[in-house]
Order: sequence, then structure tokens, then C-alpha cells
Amino acid sequence: MIRILAFLPLAVALIFGGFFLWGLDPERDPSSIPSVLISNPAPEFALDAVAGLATPALSRADLLGNPTPVVVNVFASWCVPCRAEHAVLSGLVQRDGVRLFGINYKDKPEDAVKWLNKLGNPYERIGSDLSGRAGIEWGISGVPETFIVAGDGTVIYRYVGPIVGDKAVTKFRQALVQAAVIKEAN
Amino acid sequence: MTPELGHFSLALALALALVQSILPMWGAARGNRLWMRSAQATAFGQVIFVGLSFAALVRAFAVSDFTVLNVAENSNSLQPMLFKVAASWGSHEGSLLLWVLILTIFGAGVAYFGSNLPESLRARTLSVQAWISVGFLSFMLLTSNPFTRVFPVPLDGSDLNPLLQDVGLAMHPPLLYFGYVGFSIVFSFAVAALIEGRVDTAWARWVRPWTLAAWISLTSGIALGSWWAYYELGWGGWWFWDPVENVSFMPWLVGTALLHSAIVTEKRDSFKSWTILLAILTFSLSLLGTFVVRSGLLTSVHAFAVDPERGLYILGLLALSIGGSLALFAWRAPMMEGGGLFKPISREAGLLVNNLILATTAGMVLFGTLYPLFLEAVTGDKISVGPPFFNAAFIPLMLPLVVIMGLGPFLSWKRADLNGVLQRVRFVALLSIIATAVLWYLASGGPVLAYVSVLIALWLLFATLREWAMRIRLFEVPINEALRRARNMPRAAHGMTMAHAGVAVLMLGMIGSTAWKSEEIAFVKPGSAVSIAGFDVTFEGVERVNGPNYFADRGTLLVKRGGAYVTTLYPERRSYLVAGTTTTESAIRSTPVGDLYASIGEPSLESAGQSGAWTLRILYEPLVGFIWLGSLLLVAGGCLSLSDRRLRVGAPRRKAAAATTTVAAE
Repeated sequence: MIRILAFLPLAVALIFGGFFLWGLDPERDPSSIPSVLISNPAPEFALDAVAGLATPALSRADLLGNPTPVVVNVFASWCVPCRAEHAVLSGLVQRDGVRLFGINYKDKPEDAVKWLNKLGNPYERIGSDLSGRAGIEWGISGVPETFIVAGDGTVIYRYVGPIVGDKAVTKFRQALVQAAVIKEAN
Repeated sequence: MTPELGHFSLALALALALVQSILPMWGAARGNRLWMRSAQATAFGQVIFVGLSFAALVRAFAVSDFTVLNVAENSNSLQPMLFKVAASWGSHEGSLLLWVLILTIFGAGVAYFGSNLPESLRARTLSVQAWISVGFLSFMLLTSNPFTRVFPVPLDGSDLNPLLQDVGLAMHPPLLYFGYVGFSIVFSFAVAALIEGRVDTAWARWVRPWTLAAWISLTSGIALGSWWAYYELGWGGWWFWDPVENVSFMPWLVGTALLHSAIVTEKRDSFKSWTILLAILTFSLSLLGTFVVRSGLLTSVHAFAVDPERGLYILGLLALSIGGSLALFAWRAPMMEGGGLFKPISREAGLLVNNLILATTAGMVLFGTLYPLFLEAVTGDKISVGPPFFNAAFIPLMLPLVVIMGLGPFLSWKRADLNGVLQRVRFVALLSIIATAVLWYLASGGPVLAYVSVLIALWLLFATLREWAMRIRLFEVPINEALRRARNMPRAAHGMTMAHAGVAVLMLGMIGSTAWKSEEIAFVKPGSAVSIAGFDVTFEGVERVNGPNYFADRGTLLVKRGGAYVTTLYPERRSYLVAGTTTTESAIRSTPVGDLYASIGEPSLESAGQSGAWTLRILYEPLVGFIWLGSLLLVAGGCLSLSDRRLRVGAPRRKAAAATTTVAAE
């Protein structure tokens, strides 16, 4: 028995070594993640609602068949720029009537609820992406990121980083105008 | 010229290491004392040549010799001297040279202080140490030469990563490496013991000071890194469960287990194969840390330039050292069990639980860190494992450990009287409950887990102090008598009390700064005010200031409480000219009660119509200073214990000297 036990550490180390050998393949890039390219269909995903929040859940089906393109925003309560961006997004929803969906990325539900209760909830639907799986499907490189998705489920625009500051807001508004979500001017 | 001398010294060191890896081992097998003793000379030779080589590299950096590729890539003539020197271990090649230097320093340490060791054990230990030297020296000479020249010579270098241009971080790698590599000598001892086929209490006594020294360095290295992250990254966090933090934390966990299990081996002659296994695992995890950072196996903020060829070479080294030592373990360990028996309630049992929990935690961290790799290999899925997993797994494992930690020192060896112990800690338990209740009343609010953790941390603190008071019989005998007892008590006992109390203090800091943190983020214009945790902070504006190799936007924040002036904070945002990146320099007002932490972000010029506004981030982190205080106590406790006469490296000299005379007389 002791003899077998004594071999256990070696066996475990060999298994680890096998994985490392595989991981060293020069073709493999650990930092590349499959990313959704603009003008490709939005990825398949289905997320539960954030526990403790009345806002309904979010899946790919919700992005289909909308009369005007919708905005999908990846956010988290632990993400500082998201807080700054929150005001901009809320403004778009309230003043311009943009339809906003949220993916709550790797966030504890109770934190997310607290955050939204404090700052207000501009999202029509929110999916809770605890595992980060949907984030990878969408190919996000960080939080926040914002996508515009057309009624047929095609991603037509992607904004990486917070939409904060005049330049960013103008750029994003232009994208919304081009997607015919909002009208010019303003 | 000096770079070539440095390079040549490295080659000479490799030659010496090759001799040392064979000759003493062979001599020990054949009983040839001359061959065994050659290990001392070669160990000193190695440290001299590697030291020369390192000096040559530091000189190249100090004089900004941009003909050396490594210097041109990691230094700049505008950098202050301190960072020019620190840059010599900022790159992959330079840090590797530092790694090998420390390896040879420890080898020379055994050669110098080990006069009390049995000759064959010392020879074998130094030989095993030389195997590691050979591996890393050849790795450096074949794949990562720090002295490669560059032509044409660039006019100026491309600057050290600005985030690393910081006093705290200049010291972080050397300390961390002293910890990592310090465990190499424990590993060499373990492998030598396996080859000899003999582990006894004397072996454990020789190994403990080395373990302790490595552990102290590793603890300070990790604490320094965490402190740096706290004040430099501008987020106010101190631990992120990043893969590279994890790989430094795993050897710490296993090393802590080793520190405790070696006590059992020394005092009770049991846990032998377990102690050996821990010694092997601790260094294996340190090697793994070196490997993960340099191979591009996982993504991390700390990673060096990725090079699969280097990765393969290190993997080969790892396979030889870890695989070889574990195979030796599988073969030899079953032969050396035995030792004292003990009851389920005893100090041995307490330390066993300590070891099991620490090992499980290290396993958990290892699994969490490598899980993305495993999953990708098996299913092709890519995921990332973040703080939620680690916190969810780490806290439930640690809390029971801390509960037992309070109780452990009360238990006696072999068989403890549980009722008697419980009797003694009754008041301690009551006191911690009352203190927690008072805190709950005062703080009102906060997660339940935070209160449970505070209760457990206070329990540890009070139980540790109670045990110390009991030992010196404080309040039972006149104060002078108690002080006399405290003076006579071994320093290792004081060291344990200090280190355990340090863990309690550390925990309080972690809980306070996590559960009761308040945070405000605002767009501010000169004159706007933010209030947080009772402070009123007024933003007075930003001015441009110049540094040696950067310029900075420095904000001025007037802090008042209840109308009374408290302090002025100057958070900065630095732009480095050559590297073309920016860093945040947060401004912190530290008090024992908590830190007021401010950093400014990019000027958010037009957001929401507020022209000229800046993003201001203010945090109030209660008790965060306790984290560094607790770490300091851990390190100080370790140092105190290391200075104990019984543990001092030359301690068992009298006994060993007697043994040598008998050998000589034969």
C-alpha cells in the first residue's frame, strides 16, 4: 500500500508534465481568444438572469427579430470604467430610446444587484456570465465592451473599452446613426 | 570587455558545477574523503565566478553599455542609477543570472556552515545542488545569454518597463528568488537523504534553519510584491490571484507545511517520508513558478517574452529534477517509515491537520491556475479562472486551519488532554466573541462572513497571546519572575507566537480592507468635492511636473474632516518618454485605522459636458495597513526563530564534533 502511495506524486507529476508538453506547442497562443468579427452572426449563448434582479435573462434568441438594432454591453460591478460608462449608456437609453442588453461578466450576483440599485438599471435584459464562457464566445478582450447587433443577429459594430469622453461617445453615436438606431443631430 | 569576462566566468562556473555534480557523489559512494571534500572548493568557486559574472552584468547596466543587447532592451541613460541597477534583473536573462547566483550562494552556505554535517551527507547535498546549477547554467549559456552584443549599437536604450521603476519592485525579485531558490538547498538535502536512505532527527534539525531562511525571504518577497501592487497599480487591491502570484504562493503554502512537519520529524522522529516529499514538492513548485513565467504556458501580466524553445529546455530540466526526485522518492520512501506513535488529540495530530489543509490549499491553487490549460488540452474550450473561484475555495479551507492554529500550541506531544486545553481557552473564546459583538455593534453592516472571519482572527490572536502568557506564567507569578521566564524561553517559541499573531493581524487587515472598503469614482473639476468615509476631499487642480525620465500630471487634493484640515494628497499620472507608457502614482494617507487612497485617471475631457474634468478615484480601506504589519510580524517571527541558539546553523556542533573525532580515530 505504502509502495503504491509513494508512486502517486510521480504519477501526478508525469501527468502534469504531459499537459505542459502539449501546452508548449509553438502554434498555440494562450492569449488568443476566438473573437466575433464584425458582420458575422452573433455567437450562440444563453445566460441566466442575475439572481435577485427582476430583469429577465439574455440569450441569442433575444437579439433576433428586433425592428431596430440593439446594443449589447458587457459590464461588471468590479470594473471601474464601467461605472463611468454607465452614465453614458443610461443617457442613450433615456434620451435616445436605445434598447440596451447587458452581459454581467464574472460578477457576483449580489454585487451586481447592489451596483445596479445604486446607479440605476438601464438594461432591458441582463444575462449573468459567471464562468466567463459567453465573454469568450463574444471574443471580448476586457470589460467593458459594447456591440451593436442587427435584427437578423449580425454583429454590426464593436466598441472595445469604456464609451466615456466626447471622442468615444461621438464615435459610438455615429455608429448608432449608421445602424439607424438613432437619428443624426443631437 | 567586461561582458565577455562575465560570459567566460559563467562558462567556468558551469565547468566547476559539472565536477561538483559527479566527484563528491562518487566519493561519498566509495568513501573517498578527498573527493567528498572537493565539493567545498568547487561550491566556493561557483559562487565566485557566478558573482563575477553578475557584477559584470550590473556594471554593464550601471554604465549604460548599450552594446549589450540586454542593456539596450531594458535600460535607458535617463533612468536614475537605482533603476539602472535594478534593471539588471528586470529581464529574463538577468533574472535568471540572479537566480543562479542565489543558487550558488546557498550552495556555498552549506559548504561554509555545514562543518557539523556528516561528511557524506554534505558531499551528496552539494552534488545535488550542483546538478541544479548545471541545469540552469547550461540553460543560460545555450538559450539565454545575458551578455549578447548588439550591432549596430543603439544610441540609447528602450527603458525598463515603467511599472517596474519603483523602489519596492527593485527589491521584490531578489527577495522572492532568495525564497524560491532557498528551497533548492532543502530539496538537495532531501534528495541526498533519499540516496543515503537515512532520515533522522538530526537531518531534520539541519534542514530546518535553511527552510526557515528560505521561507522568511519568500514571505517578504510576496508581501513586498503585494504592497507594490497596492500602491502602484492604482486599483487599491493587494492580491489578484494572477497565475504568477499563484506560483509564488504555492511554494509558500507547501513551505509553511514543511516548516511544521520538519518539527515533528525533529522532535518525534515521525512524518519522515512526508517531510521529504514536502521538501521535494516545495522546490518543484518553485521551479514550476520559474517555468510558467518564462514559457508562455499561461497568460499573465508578469510574463517574460515568450519563447517555446526555452520552455522546452526548462520542461526538460523540470522533468529531470522533479520526475527524478519523485521517482527516487517512490523507490526509497517506503523503507523509512516508523517513528513515534500519537493519539488523535495531540500536537502531532494538530500539525498533521495543518499539513493536510496547507497541502490541499496548494493543490487547489495549482489546479485553479492550470485548469485553463487542462481544459483547453482535453476539450479545446478556453476559459479563465478568476478570483471568484479562488476566494470561494480558499476561504473555507483557511478558516478551519486558523481555528486549529489557535489551539495547536496548547496541545502536548503524543497525547494531549483535550478537557484541560478547552478549559484554558474558554475565556479566549468568550473574549473573541465579545470583541466581535462590539465590532458588530460599532460597524453595523457588512457581510456575515466578514464577522465570522473577524471572530476567528481574534480567536487566533487571543489564543496565541494566551499560550505565550501561559508559558511565562504571566499574572500567576510575580512580574519579575514572568519576565525571567520570558527571557529564558527559547527564541523559537517567541518566534512562533509572533508569527502566529502575525497571521491574525494579517487576516484582520485582509478582512477589513475587503469587507468595509468604500470607494468613490468621480469626474472632478478644480473646486469640486467628494466625500468618503467621513472625509471631505476637495480637488484643487492638476499641474505638470517633470521627473528624470518622465513628466507627470500631479493632482492636489485637500482632505478635511469635519471642517478641520487633515492632509494634502498628491496623486500623479506619469508619462514615460522613452517607453511611451503611463503609470499611476497613487497618494495614500496611512493610519493604523485605515488608508485613504487616491489616484487620478486620464483627463476625461468632454464627458457629460464637464470640460477639463479628471477621473478621480478615492478609496477608504479600513485596516489595510494590518496586512503589511502582519507580514512584518511573520518575517520578524521567522527571523527570531532563526536566531535561536538551538536552530542556529552551527548548533549541533558539539555532538557532530564528537562524532568526527571518533571517525578520525578509527
